[in-house]
Amino acid sequence: MRARAGDLAAAASLVTVGVFAVLIVAGGRLAPADPQRGDLAASALGPGAGHPLGTDELGRDILSRLLAGTQDAIVGPLAVALATTLIATALGLLAGYRGGWADAVVMRCADFAHSLPVGLLTIVVVGVIGGGYPMALVTLTVLAIPADTRVVRGVVLAQRGLPYLEAAQVLGLRRTRIAIVHLLPNVAPTVVANCLLTFVYALVSLSALSFLGLGSPAGSPDWGRMLFENRTLLDLNPWASITPALLIVLAAVSMTVLGDRLLDRALDRSRT
Amino acid sequence: MRPALRLLARRLPVSALLLLAVSLAVFGLLALSPGSTERALLGPRPATAEALDAIRHRYHLDQPFLVQYGHWLGGVLRGDMGVSVQTGEPVAARIAERLSITLELGLYATLLIVLLGVPLGLLAAARRDGAADHAVSAGAVLAVSAPSFAVGVLLLYVFGVRLGWFPVFGAGEEGWDRVRHLTLPAVALALSQIALVTRQTRAAAIDVVSRDHLTFARARGLPGRVIWRRYALRNTAVPVTTSVGLVLAYAMTGAVLVEVTFSLPGVGALVMESVSNKDVPVVQGVALSAAAAVIAVNLLVDLAYLALDPRLRQAAS
Repeated sequence: MRARAGDLAAAASLVTVGVFAVLIVAGGRLAPADPQRGDLAASALGPGAGHPLGTDELGRDILSRLLAGTQDAIVGPLAVALATTLIATALGLLAGYRGGWADAVVMRCADFAHSLPVGLLTIVVVGVIGGGYPMALVTLTVLAIPADTRVVRGVVLAQRGLPYLEAAQVLGLRRTRIAIVHLLPNVAPTVVANCLLTFVYALVSLSALSFLGLGSPAGSPDWGRMLFENRTLLDLNPWASITPALLIVLAAVSMTVLGDRLLDRALDRSRT
Repeated sequence: MRPALRLLARRLPVSALLLLAVSLAVFGLLALSPGSTERALLGPRPATAEALDAIRHRYHLDQPFLVQYGHWLGGVLRGDMGVSVQTGEPVAARIAERLSITLELGLYATLLIVLLGVPLGLLAAARRDGAADHAVSAGAVLAVSAPSFAVGVLLLYVFGVRLGWFPVFGAGEEGWDRVRHLTLPAVALALSQIALVTRQTRAAAIDVVSRDHLTFARARGLPGRVIWRRYALRNTAVPVTTSVGLVLAYAMTGAVLVEVTFSLPGVGALVMESVSNKDVPVVQGVALSAAAAVIAVNLLVDLAYLALDPRLRQAAS
């Protein structure tokens, strides 16, 4: 019964992610109107003819802006997730497999990042130093690396005593070769699952920054920014802020369900 | 008390070092902020030669970076975090006047986490694989990854605008009115942590009631009430402490988002005002205080583990 409920949630999440994938490719073309064109005569309209989700304060079509924003909402977090995973996997392999001082240095840095209010620091850094969207991407990546490194190191440590690694060592293979050719495929399931969870972190953080007016440029159809700009229209056209909020929640929840499930599977596999 | 002292002896120097590193980074913000430092510290006042000179002298800007840092750190240790560029008041005073709202919000959220998360987790564990368990577990999956600001806007719409049960703006007057104003923000702040505590309580309770000594207790005829209260509840103390620590650590970030969502005049809102006004000393003050608070909470959580779990006490000594 439990397994079936889990399967159902995973299937629903997979469908949701599929829909988002289609929207990334086709989103802009599906938009019924120009996402940037305003019409002050049609300001803050509720849903109706021509505007299925109504308009914002400047009279821009909400549905078109949501669709146009899909690409940015997904591509930025994806970049953060991939960059973080790449660097964290390299560092995790180094710390877990090589051990010694490399392990000590990497783990102290991870402890350091763990005991700081990371989200607040992101807001402060992007807010004070500036640098806009690229700066937001870099800051999020840097702050996510320590936690991900710890995860990769954990699974590498669990592999260390296994016979296949000892066999590779006895054969006299170089350590980098062992790490990349033999160790990496065995920790890959965990790395992939964790990458999904990092994606969620990046998606939520980037929309949070946009919500605060940082990161994405003013006027861009970013979901977080739309949420903030249209929050004052809750009584005139509530859809203008409810729909971006729902999309952010939907994207975050579906990716978390998939990531959690893959992570469970990967951990079960590595245990047996 | 031995293990606690040993823990403190090991952790305090590390915490101090950590705080020192953070303070250096926070001080560096000023130098890294765009434009000249004198102008940044001068703010909206007219940039006369005397005014700029006074600023340079006051902040030792003609000296090397590390000397400036030393002067600043000395001030911070004496409780002087500088002066707000925007209002000319001391930074500490500006933080203090906003602190109560943020503390009340954090306390409210913590209460919600403990009073909702633990009972829901125990309920799900007691009705394992039943309808209640499925409902609670599904809700937890949804809530755990839902971001506070998006949830906040949805709560505002449903309970503020549509149903009209709660006010949609500001912090209200002291007392009952304040509680009403802070209810939706506290729920938005607490929701993902409630889900986390529910999950962990459920897992901890299921783990402990399937142990041999509880099978024995049931066989001896101990009522289910005693088993759940005395054994299951106590075993949830560690995950709950972890989550409360997490929420306090996360409260500052969460507070920024939630206070902006609900227009609450707390420290989080102060951060955003200061960021948009380029009031760097205030931002520095809040960032440093928040980091110090998080480090202190982490230390307290580790001490609480020792008090709660005799196994950890033994491992430490």
